[in-house]
Amino acid sequence: MSAVLDNHAHGADHAHDHHHDHPTGWRRWVYATNHKDIGTLYLLFAFFMLMFGGVLALGIRAELFQPGLQLVNPELFNQLTTMHGLIMVFGAIMPAFVGFANWMIPLQIGASDMAFARMNNFSFWLMVPAGAMLAGSFFMPGGAPAAGWTLYAPLTLQMGPSMDAGIFAMHILGASSIMGSINIIVTILNMRAPGMTLMKMPMFCWTWLITAYLLIAVMPVLAGAITMTLTDRHFGTTFFNPAGGGDPVMYQHIFWFFGHPEVYIMILPAFGIISQVVPAFARKRLFGYASMVYATSSIAILSFIVWAHHMFTTGMPVTGQLFFMYATMLIAVPTAVKIFNWIATMWQGSMTFETPMLFAVGFIFVFTMGGFTGLILAMAPIDLLLQDTYYVVAHFHYVLVAGSLYALFAGFYYWAPKWTGVMYNETRGKIHFWWSLISFNLTFFPMHFLGLAGMPRRYADYPMQFWDFNAVASVGAFAFGLAQVYFFFFVVLPVMRGKGAVAPQRPWNDADGKGAEGLEWEVPSPAPFHTFEVPPRLDATATRVLDARVQPSNPDAVH
Amino acid sequence: MSTSAHGTTPYYYVPQPSRHPAMMALGLFFVILGAGQWINGVEWGQWSLYFGLAWVAVVLFQWFRDAVRESEGGLYSRKIDLSYRWSMSWFIFSEVMFFGAFFTALWWMRAHSVPALGGIDNAVLWPDFKGLWPTAAPGVTASPGNIIEPFQTMTPFWLPTINTALLLSSGVTLTIAHHALRENHRGKTIAFMWATVILGLVFLFVQGYEYYHAYVDLNLKLTSGAYGSTFFLLTGFHGFHVLVGMLMLLFITLRLMKGHFTADRHFGFEGAAWYWHFVDVVWLGLYVLVYWL
Amino acid sequence: QIQDLPGGPAVRQLNLHDAATRIAGEQAWLHWFMLITCVVIFVLVFAVMFYSIWKHRRSRGAKPANFHESVTVEVIWTAIPFLIVIVMALPATKVLVAAKDTSNADLTIKATGYQWKWGYDYLNGEGAGIAFLSALDASHRQMSDEGARGVMPNDYLLKVDNPLVVPVGKKVRIITTANDVIHAWGVPAFGVKQDAIPGFVRDTWFRAEKVGDFYGQCYELCGKEHAYMPIHVKVVSPADYSAWVVAEQKKMAARLDDPAKVWELTDIAARGEKVYAANCAACHQANGKGAGPIKALDGSPLLLNAEKSAAIDILLNGKGAMPAWKQLSDTDIAAVISYTKNAWGNKTGQVVQPADVQAFRAK
Ligand code: HEA
Ligand code: HEA
Ligand code: CUA
Ligand SMILES: [Cu+2]
Repeated sequence: MSAVLDNHAHGADHAHDHHHDHPTGWRRWVYATNHKDIGTLYLLFAFFMLMFGGVLALGIRAELFQPGLQLVNPELFNQLTTMHGLIMVFGAIMPAFVGFANWMIPLQIGASDMAFARMNNFSFWLMVPAGAMLAGSFFMPGGAPAAGWTLYAPLTLQMGPSMDAGIFAMHILGASSIMGSINIIVTILNMRAPGMTLMKMPMFCWTWLITAYLLIAVMPVLAGAITMTLTDRHFGTTFFNPAGGGDPVMYQHIFWFFGHPEVYIMILPAFGIISQVVPAFARKRLFGYASMVYATSSIAILSFIVWAHHMFTTGMPVTGQLFFMYATMLIAVPTAVKIFNWIATMWQGSMTFETPMLFAVGFIFVFTMGGFTGLILAMAPIDLLLQDTYYVVAHFHYVLVAGSLYALFAGFYYWAPKWTGVMYNETRGKIHFWWSLISFNLTFFPMHFLGLAGMPRRYADYPMQFWDFNAVASVGAFAFGLAQVYFFFFVVLPVMRGKGAVAPQRPWNDADGKGAEGLEWEVPSPAPFHTFEVPPRLDATATRVLDARVQPSNPDAVH
Repeated sequence: MSTSAHGTTPYYYVPQPSRHPAMMALGLFFVILGAGQWINGVEWGQWSLYFGLAWVAVVLFQWFRDAVRESEGGLYSRKIDLSYRWSMSWFIFSEVMFFGAFFTALWWMRAHSVPALGGIDNAVLWPDFKGLWPTAAPGVTASPGNIIEPFQTMTPFWLPTINTALLLSSGVTLTIAHHALRENHRGKTIAFMWATVILGLVFLFVQGYEYYHAYVDLNLKLTSGAYGSTFFLLTGFHGFHVLVGMLMLLFITLRLMKGHFTADRHFGFEGAAWYWHFVDVVWLGLYVLVYWL
Repeated sequence: QIQDLPGGPAVRQLNLHDAATRIAGEQAWLHWFMLITCVVIFVLVFAVMFYSIWKHRRSRGAKPANFHESVTVEVIWTAIPFLIVIVMALPATKVLVAAKDTSNADLTIKATGYQWKWGYDYLNGEGAGIAFLSALDASHRQMSDEGARGVMPNDYLLKVDNPLVVPVGKKVRIITTANDVIHAWGVPAFGVKQDAIPGFVRDTWFRAEKVGDFYGQCYELCGKEHAYMPIHVKVVSPADYSAWVVAEQKKMAARLDDPAKVWELTDIAARGEKVYAANCAACHQANGKGAGPIKALDGSPLLLNAEKSAAIDILLNGKGAMPAWKQLSDTDIAAVISYTKNAWGNKTGQVVQPADVQAFRAK
């Protein structure tokens, strides 16, 4: 963000820093090895993709505003749905969390940078050709892939050339994720400042550590599945072709072995952010830190044995269905622990409700609704009715938009002062929150009714009886989209330009020091280009730096 | 950096801004663009692919050259060494998961889809299919849709067994080389490294011959249904990993000849060795699951 | 003004369909049970949260407490959800096991998913041998393209040419499979949904408890016309069913064509035009111009070519996005090729006879 940039353009003459001449101009970003710059790149990329994926979603909603085909033909509709899903998942939500990881993990554990700074930049720059490839597939003959973001065989075998572009793009994205995750794991395991034991680490680092393990375990499996699709398409293998002894359902098993952990990949870092924000604004330590760590790990471990709850209608043997039903329902237990711990953190706190806290409370409230609908879907007999209906669409937007995306917003408002050195405009933040909350529910709540009434998903047109709720959802979607445009132009851009009140080093702390805790608040705002080059000496809680050189009165000495 | 006074190892070396990552991403863009087009019969696709691959190779070379310089220049502290160890371990873990997907496919087809297709439930659709593994059993259609030409399966004797011997002995020579390096016997290290590289190379040749044999003598092809699909993808990806591992070992050997590495600091060597052992273990899995069972 | 569609969706319907089978009733009960339990938990949990938000605000002068750990409460609030989940799982298990028991059916029908219609074959029980295709009424597809303007029927997108007919009170086992890609056969009022997987058969069952019309749709993304392959099940009394079976069998006999018959161009083209409208026009368009990746037939070299077998081959075996049409009769295939060889600008004068197709199939 340019505020950071300006600050350092003239800070480049640090006498002690002659090795690290700060590059300027485009080289600074393209050749970056600095975790903060790379984090910024990730965040900007993700936001751009959110806009792109969002515009595709608005295309869907516009078409579904009323029955009949008005704007797009069914082929294009399926392309919109597919690309919306792929871009949101792989282009927006995941990179956004990696951006947060880049910015915050080294700061939170007192490390100088990510473990492999060049590879870190490589992980980012891989996203760009892959994203370009995905976006460009709309212009290929036959249009973009249209087999759903789950890319089920054998429909993928009927797709045009863009399918291959999509598959290669996903390979690249997978490679990027794996390298990013290895970087995060190594950074956390190897680069913590002395005294920062694992069980003193901020929750955000914990959740990302676990997420990174999920990623290195499942991204290669996805790569395997789409590679088989590729060879089936072009080289005559018959992995998914029963005429040659293969099985289309095998694709689904392999895909969901990746796909289910994938959805937790998108929510665990969100849990991490919420676990930072709630204690800060309750002015009270996180309740049940250890049990939060165990709960997160349990969710991650369980996530490997529930995949077939996406496949209840494929006709598994009843024993298989029962196993996956029980395992899935079990996930409600560790999630419950997390929700309860957040509420216990608020209990008898001293709460204020600045925008980060609003989004965090909104997250807890609305995500839980999504969790409950997940539980209802997990009941196999009910899922027989709801599978592939708008109920599922409602469920996952409650957990992904009101979950992952809200947590990203909460994290942005919480840390942006540290990143940019200026405070965002509080009133506008609150407008963004309430506007988003209301329009979000307007969009996705009616989808529960549609799903219960049996409206199938991925439908370009629907029976007349479904009209009213679809119309409401479409109106809501445009309102929600506009809220995000407002967010960009009236919140993000100003702080990027450095407009706003100067952010203090500890913007969220009261005069008596209660509030946000953690090493990121031990460095000035904006965070200097280089931080913790020498491991800081920490106090017993590992939330404070003892070393006198890192005090705000002398910001230059932080380097 | 206050500790990076010239000559001393920094606490944790953070590299200078570098153009390699972005360059490599750009190269890969040409690779995937070209591959995606070529595979669909677009002529220029292959040129984009070759161009991209060459580009990637050049960047890779430059990147590694930088890293080697940093390493030999004494910029890598113990901490960095440890980072490399962690990262290599978890990278190999992710590779294991990749192979896991294909082993799962093999298991699923053998234990589930092929028997099911030949079972009574599906007799409505494929009355003539018997569902035996390997699908080439004589006297039955080789595939439910009868779309597959008859073929013979690859037996463990002798090519795969020779290959097993080759890989296992390469593991031994590699270990000897490692011990020699630790005892500072450079000449011996280099000799055994060459032996390892050559064993890997011979393995690849034997596998190439095996494929030739499969296509020409056995009529076993990528298009030979469930058996052919899993056979070639498993052994093919393994072979590709052998190639990569062999190249790693080759470059390590060349570096040894240039005098790189010391008796107690040689993670580059060890990382390549881990990788080689991983490739070895995957082969043993293949040898048992693909060739024997 | 659109009305509720009995057996199909209702206007602004808020909950599941009215159950027409016992299983669907059980599912509806389970859903209420889950909904109520979840709402109660939700209200309790968030009552606590909002109380705290209200009470422990800084603006009300709340001072933060210091506690941040308690093994006892952690154990309690791990155990309670665990117990709740078990209580939820028990009835679900019962219903699931019942829903999966497809044994002892009175009637077995195979439902085959095609892009984009359903094929029904009565395999066992009364009416065995009956087979027909069931596709969306072409006028509805047309209305959709036109933006669904004007006065719309209540069964918009749910009307089919040949509904599936079954007797009331009988256990009907549906075997699903597919010809090209995965589809899913589902009827909400019966509480039934089963994917139709190419190359494999799966099954499900229902026992309709009341006479009437029930509607479902294809529930698995199957390509561009995914939204246009509805399911209409007509549940009739046993007597009506028997009458229907007799009539249907007569019709089947009449429909049988003599494959040896040699056709005149005008006759066979007229027949082909119908086949074309029912099967091909969805992609290749009525004007034969195709669209996007769909090849144009008007002026297609393949059709202008005097060599007929290439065209027969593609129809029987498909190619790329073109599905295989081997389920059509020899006469229908011959007819549709003859028609396309002579329609629009293709004035080849060539006729393909059913015998040609038969010979090709035999190869
Ligand atoms: C961030 C992403 C995310 C998250 C966190 C979840 C969380 C859960 N999901 Fe969801 N899900 C998706 C993303 C996600 N899901 C997506 C994208 C799809 C569709 C994919 C596709 O087909 O395209 C999907 C689909 C999906 C299905 C398949 C539906 C179908 O296709 O038929 C199922 C079925 O079991 C399911 C279940 C669950 C469950 C049980 C949880 C649980 O983790 C929820 C746990 C939370 C709670 C239960 C609430 C909080 C708890 C309490 C307040 C405690 C008290 C509660 C009790 C004791 C009951 N999900
Ligand atoms: C991962 C996160 C994620 C997010 C954030 C979203 C966000 C949204 N999603 Fe989506 N969605 C998925 C993941 C996500 N979705 C997935 C995985 C699927 C399944 C795909 C499949 O079936 O294969 C899906 C499917 C899906 C469907 C079902 C499609 C179908 O079945 O046919 C619908 C329908 O309404 C929908 C709607 C929306 C809407 C309205 C938003 C809104 O939140 C979007 C908000 C909009 C914006 C943020 C854009 C703002 C920009 C503008 C307003 C443009 C302004 C222009 C200028 C300034 C010039 N989504
Ligand atoms: Cu058939 Cu969707
Ligand atoms: Cu899931």
